[in-house]
Amino acid sequence: MATRLKPVDAVIVGVGLTGTILAKELAESGLQVVGLERGRWRDTDPDFGMPYAHDELRFVKRHALMQDLSRETITFRNSASETALPMRNLGSFRPGEGVGGAAVHWGGLTWRFLPWDFETRTRTLERYGKNQVAADCTMQDWGVTYDELEPHFDRFEHLYGISGKAGNIKGKIIPGGNPFEGPRSRDYATPPLKSSYAGTLFKAAAEKLGYKPFPAPSAALSRPYTNEYGATINACVYCGYCQFFGCEMGAKASPQTAVLPNLVKQKKFELRTHANVTKVNLDSAKKRAVSVSYVDSRGREFEQPADLVLLTSYVFNNVRLMLVSGIGKPYDPAAGSGVVGRNYAYQTPSSVTLFFEDRIFNQFMAAGGLGMVIDEFNGDNFDHSGLGFIGGGFFQAATSGARPIEVRPVPRGTPRWGAEWKAAVAKYFNRSFPITIQGACQSYRGNYLDLDPTYRDILGQPLLRMTFDRHENEHKMSVWLTNKAAEIAKAIGPSKMNVNPRTEKYTIVPYQSTHNTGGAVMGADPATSAVNKYLQSWDVPNVFVVGASAFPQNGGYNPTGTVGALTFQALDAIKTRYLKKPGALV
Amino acid sequence: MFFSAAEVAFVDAAVARLIPADALGPGAKEAGVTYFIDQQLFGGWGTMAKMYRQGPHAEGTPQQGYQSPLTPQEIFRVAIREINLQLGRPFEKLAPKEQDEALKNLEEGKLALESVPSRFFFNLLLESTIEGFFSDPIYGGNRDKAGWKLVGFPGVAAAYTTLVDKHGVPYNAEPVSIADLLEGRVAADEHGHPKHVMITRKD
Repeated sequence: MATRLKPVDAVIVGVGLTGTILAKELAESGLQVVGLERGRWRDTDPDFGMPYAHDELRFVKRHALMQDLSRETITFRNSASETALPMRNLGSFRPGEGVGGAAVHWGGLTWRFLPWDFETRTRTLERYGKNQVAADCTMQDWGVTYDELEPHFDRFEHLYGISGKAGNIKGKIIPGGNPFEGPRSRDYATPPLKSSYAGTLFKAAAEKLGYKPFPAPSAALSRPYTNEYGATINACVYCGYCQFFGCEMGAKASPQTAVLPNLVKQKKFELRTHANVTKVNLDSAKKRAVSVSYVDSRGREFEQPADLVLLTSYVFNNVRLMLVSGIGKPYDPAAGSGVVGRNYAYQTPSSVTLFFEDRIFNQFMAAGGLGMVIDEFNGDNFDHSGLGFIGGGFFQAATSGARPIEVRPVPRGTPRWGAEWKAAVAKYFNRSFPITIQGACQSYRGNYLDLDPTYRDILGQPLLRMTFDRHENEHKMSVWLTNKAAEIAKAIGPSKMNVNPRTEKYTIVPYQSTHNTGGAVMGADPATSAVNKYLQSWDVPNVFVVGASAFPQNGGYNPTGTVGALTFQALDAIKTRYLKKPGALV
Repeated sequence: MFFSAAEVAFVDAAVARLIPADALGPGAKEAGVTYFIDQQLFGGWGTMAKMYRQGPHAEGTPQQGYQSPLTPQEIFRVAIREINLQLGRPFEKLAPKEQDEALKNLEEGKLALESVPSRFFFNLLLESTIEGFFSDPIYGGNRDKAGWKLVGFPGVAAAYTTLVDKHGVPYNAEPVSIADLLEGRVAADEHGHPKHVMITRKD
């Protein structure tokens, strides 16, 4: 029997990147806030301390900071004609677990999606007509524009102290930045990181070809920065143990470095770790959330009543909680009706690896977000007429950390083992670098999330089932983009290169990207979106579902910057409108 | 420890072919990779501590990944036995060329096993061999930092702030393990980053 707890004003399910911000702001504005986190407490000291922090096996291969699948995983299949089976080991993506969520081990690239991204459908149809889009493609507008989000992007980037170089301040193009970005109200909080050798060579070659390279926007900071919450994020030392690791320097912006120092001092905030939320309980009309149920580390069941429920966990758990709780109509791919689980999308990463005979790159001197970028081939920054696809991605000479268990490229044709392989690894470990392409991924009628009929988590609840494959649009895009990147690579002058477009059937095995999106998408129309532009459930207006689960499709960027902007937009609507007059905001 | 003496002999022989000792330096066997794999199998990874184990089990598609009801521990045990039975004598008794042939047949699925897809076992063996060759020596492999020395990886990183923009300059540091810092063999700066000692490295 669940113990019924004293009601609070707001309950936050998942204390990661979005949950920490919402908790801090709402507690400070006077609400009694409880944060429920199913994982453990984690902080820079002692969890990411030296020398243990620099352990590739532990953090990359044994997933020390990532989700424990023995308790809960997802099931996966490429299409509805297959039987989904559990993801038994982490592979393609690496969600986090514990306070800070995946933003503890993130790489730190912090982008704004393009103005075009938020109006993908309208602008694509306007420019190319409907034949450019596959019949089963369900990409759509977000119900919000870049201009509306700009102040929220700005707030998030300055909270996290992001290092970068503006390319467009209030419509004025700034040399050295990204000329394709939407206008920003001011420059980044801190200057860009130093350039690696790979980045410098890429920059010279890209400029020669007429492109406009610029340093990647990074959450590993170029200099110490104190944010509006009074938290100080330190300067990155380029140690190269960044993505998949916690930062021992406190130099990577994260909930731990940017928000928690303030949040833990909020008198009206209470954090409960090892609190695994199993359900949002609705009233009999299913129009209002009354409480959440959770189980703690001793197996005790609790019911926490709250006026406001904020789902702020990773994509998968946000969607699963909605489905388990009956918030919104589940998506039915056969009928094309319902919304929860609809428009699951991902990323289409590809790369060109450059090999040299005599140049040394020291790619282990790195930061997760260290890179030189061009954005000419992202979004609709180039003419797609006749190309047979929409979307694009940024190209980056990436110096994100070379550690030899996982990063040991060899030229194509090298055997996978034996003396020849050993010689190639020895030669090229330090004489190679990648140009990576963060390809977009559109949404399709047959790609979705629902509840698995067979497999359960340790509490007996159904696992989330993912049905996903990339489509012809993504494959064509990947080939075209990767060939373009190969032209730049060639201009740099490697002795060999591997050109690796993404054309195979999607597999859950090798790591690709922790950029899962959709399933609880935002929009202007309740028939095709689960939440409105403020991330408020259309059906249960005292529930907000915050995160990349709201992306109607995924753009050619890392998602976190846009997740941050959506968080601040939702917060602004809650604080200025919802709390004064609870109810539907649209 | 998990392995029997016979299993140690098999894995020693197999990892010595996957990463052989040669003019470039020690191979996986010399680097203690068998010991590493044994330790890993005995611990959480070998028993799927952080992996989903519930049934029902089905082989699934290659895109669906690890679906064996067996743990890595059990896979090593049954696969080694079944391979030796098929070969008609213990793998370690084969000549190196025959060993390579047998490994290749496993990799390509030509040496079919009863209890587990042979390619699946091969990939598990190869992956753990590479892990053992390149992970921090505290785990028992990468002995004398043989893997790191081979590729020129410094191990535990120093603060590279003033080095990251020294482009194209080789950085030949004596590799540092976590144990070197814990046991005071290498000095550290105020943040716990090692003070790397430069060495001459032949390329």
